[in-house]
Amino acid sequence: MGKLFSGAEIVFKVLEHHKVEHIFGYPGGAVLPIYDELKNHKTIKHILARHEQGAGHAAEGYARSSGKPGVMLVTSGPGATNAVTALTDAYMDSVPIVCISGQVPTHLIGTDAFQECDTTGITRPCTKHNWLVKDVKDLAAVMDRAFEVATTGRPGPVLVDIPKDIQFKKTEFVLKNKKKKQVNGKLNGKVSNTEIDKVVNMMKKSSRPIFYTGGGVINSGPEASKLLRELVALTGFPITSTLQGLGAYPGDDPLFLGMLGMHGTYEANNAMYSCDLMINIGARFDDRITGKVDEFSPKSKKIHVDIDPSSIGKNIKVDLPVVSDVESFLKALNKRFKEKNKDFLNSNKSNISTWWKDIDKWRQKKSLSFKNSKEVIKPQYAVQRLYELSKDKDVYITTEVGQHQMWAAQHYKFNKPNRWMTSGGLGTMGYGLPAAVGVQVANPGKLVIDIAGEASVLMTMQEMSTAVQYKLPIKIFILNNQYMGMVRQWQELLHEKNYSESYTAALPNFVKLAEAYGCIGIQAKKPDELDEKINEMINVNKPVIFDCLVDPMENCFPMIPSGKPHNQMLLGPEDEKEEVSDEGKTLV
Amino acid sequence: MGKSKSAYSEPGKLGKSENHIIVVWVDNEAGVLARVVGLFSGRGYNIESLAVAEVDKKKHISRITIVTSGTPQVIEQIKLQLTKLIPVHKVADFKRNDPNILFKELALFKVVSSKKNREKARKVCKKYNSIILDKSKNSFVIQVTALRRDIDKLIETLNPLGLVSASRTGAVAMTRGSEIFK
Repeated sequence: MGKLFSGAEIVFKVLEHHKVEHIFGYPGGAVLPIYDELKNHKTIKHILARHEQGAGHAAEGYARSSGKPGVMLVTSGPGATNAVTALTDAYMDSVPIVCISGQVPTHLIGTDAFQECDTTGITRPCTKHNWLVKDVKDLAAVMDRAFEVATTGRPGPVLVDIPKDIQFKKTEFVLKNKKKKQVNGKLNGKVSNTEIDKVVNMMKKSSRPIFYTGGGVINSGPEASKLLRELVALTGFPITSTLQGLGAYPGDDPLFLGMLGMHGTYEANNAMYSCDLMINIGARFDDRITGKVDEFSPKSKKIHVDIDPSSIGKNIKVDLPVVSDVESFLKALNKRFKEKNKDFLNSNKSNISTWWKDIDKWRQKKSLSFKNSKEVIKPQYAVQRLYELSKDKDVYITTEVGQHQMWAAQHYKFNKPNRWMTSGGLGTMGYGLPAAVGVQVANPGKLVIDIAGEASVLMTMQEMSTAVQYKLPIKIFILNNQYMGMVRQWQELLHEKNYSESYTAALPNFVKLAEAYGCIGIQAKKPDELDEKINEMINVNKPVIFDCLVDPMENCFPMIPSGKPHNQMLLGPEDEKEEVSDEGKTLV
Repeated sequence: MGKSKSAYSEPGKLGKSENHIIVVWVDNEAGVLARVVGLFSGRGYNIESLAVAEVDKKKHISRITIVTSGTPQVIEQIKLQLTKLIPVHKVADFKRNDPNILFKELALFKVVSSKKNREKARKVCKKYNSIILDKSKNSFVIQVTALRRDIDKLIETLNPLGLVSASRTGAVAMTRGSEIFK
């Protein structure tokens, strides 16, 4: 018989096997044996969050900015239930997370013991898979499989629930090098040449094509982004991106139409509506993208490339489904395209020139423009200045959820993948600050900014303490309008300006709050002081809370009103007045 | 268009609902049934009946048979979502009226009534492979195997004849001929 290891030791042995360097967590009774073991594993650093939700979002930020799985460690009961929001968030946005939770000892399971909850029951619908380990002999294999499930196919969160007695029990440590089983749809990602030729043929026949790309490109790895840029250059087709896909293609490139969807650009949404070929690469036809499904892009043939077969045909019927990882699809497509279609870019130019003329016409609407002011800081202006003053650095941006998130997506231009971390699917207010903590842990020395709203950021403000403890110089750039801005905007447009509970009275003094946490507080009130103060924020090597007081009544435009197709956008306040008064509420 | 006051779009046109039988082969491990059933309830799919038991003792494989209804798009989603679950090995889907598929359900009925009514009850059960499992002075328990809709009808017929308790397994299914579903 070989050497015996405790369950807690086995946990770390598997973490080491997977080259885990950081775990985000919070200790508690049922997970103490694992915390006790921490000291013996110097290559693994534990980041102590201030709340398990914060640990979870930090692990998400870590994963999304590094491409590695994020690991979190929480205790039983409230530790696990607090982690649920972060797990659900990771599930919706396909972020690989391995969550290890302590559980009451096996003999107490089911007795309503202290800090007991049915963790695997609660997290079943918000993880790709979860395990309750009842025999220490299974622990190594389960932990190993947890990493495999989290990181293969469409990535996502998994949870391993380990009762306290299992953490103490000893057994031999064996990690079998078993044959890798394909998970998630269990299809192998090879795209056949026949499929690729079909794609190419559809591309050749199209005179109004568009690439519609999403988070799948980012999740596939940096190589996928390179290949996407190559494909767009080979074809000269216009490209738009979902919220999650920003950065896969350069935001300042002339072929890029900006983000699409509810708050996307006029040109992107009209191009989606009017195209004759839509090539969806790694996006999922989310309802914020499609608007009214029956009238979604009525004239187009649709190709959908997705690693998750259940994403294809779920919301929108497509003409050519391709189940594949984005990188391997693009590799095959680009290769085939170059072999068979030399000089396509030039020979096809006249074929799509009318299309580009249409797009340029839509572009001239300048749908992201806004009326600037000398007296009050417009939130869009603040994001634009932040972009201009930071774009020469390798910047990582996280956001909370709401108007500021959309303004950030519209006005901050990304040129690289993995630089943009935002809660898209679940829309979790309070995501951005802890996510920034995780991003900074994964990317020391880089500039990490959370573009925040004052309401969101208060939900997880406690994590500033984490940032200070680990000397993580994250910048919390708050667009402070004193309202839950997006809620207020909807109330203005849909609920007769009844601003029910969307104004936050008694906001804290953010500068003093920053000081209380031991970080730097900066406040900007006027447009003319903005640049200087943003520079001050960027240049200080400490965590900063930047309180940027902005116009409280500004709305986020352009927007597709609910129930409307892509070609009926509201461009600004003038549009909104006209349509609401003339035709009543039916439009919004 | 209706008056939407919501941040969400309105429902589109609905397709025609069809009845399907979904057969799922799963690892017989803790929580696997909850995963399958939770997927149905979480995503708003129907379950009309459910039958489950281990069919391979060595490999610990259970076979779950679910009778459901939904538009073709929903049925497709059910299959794909089930396939994504880690302990699921394969998923088969049959239309209820597929002639190549055998569907059977077993039911037990307890009838308490006069001799005359019990005699009638026995007769109506006769053509469904009925077996009397238990008899007393004024009652019997009878087992039948039949299609779901036949059992539905039987229950209606037996009600006035003294049916006091009915128990059904839910449908199970198998393909005809030598082929098996891979």
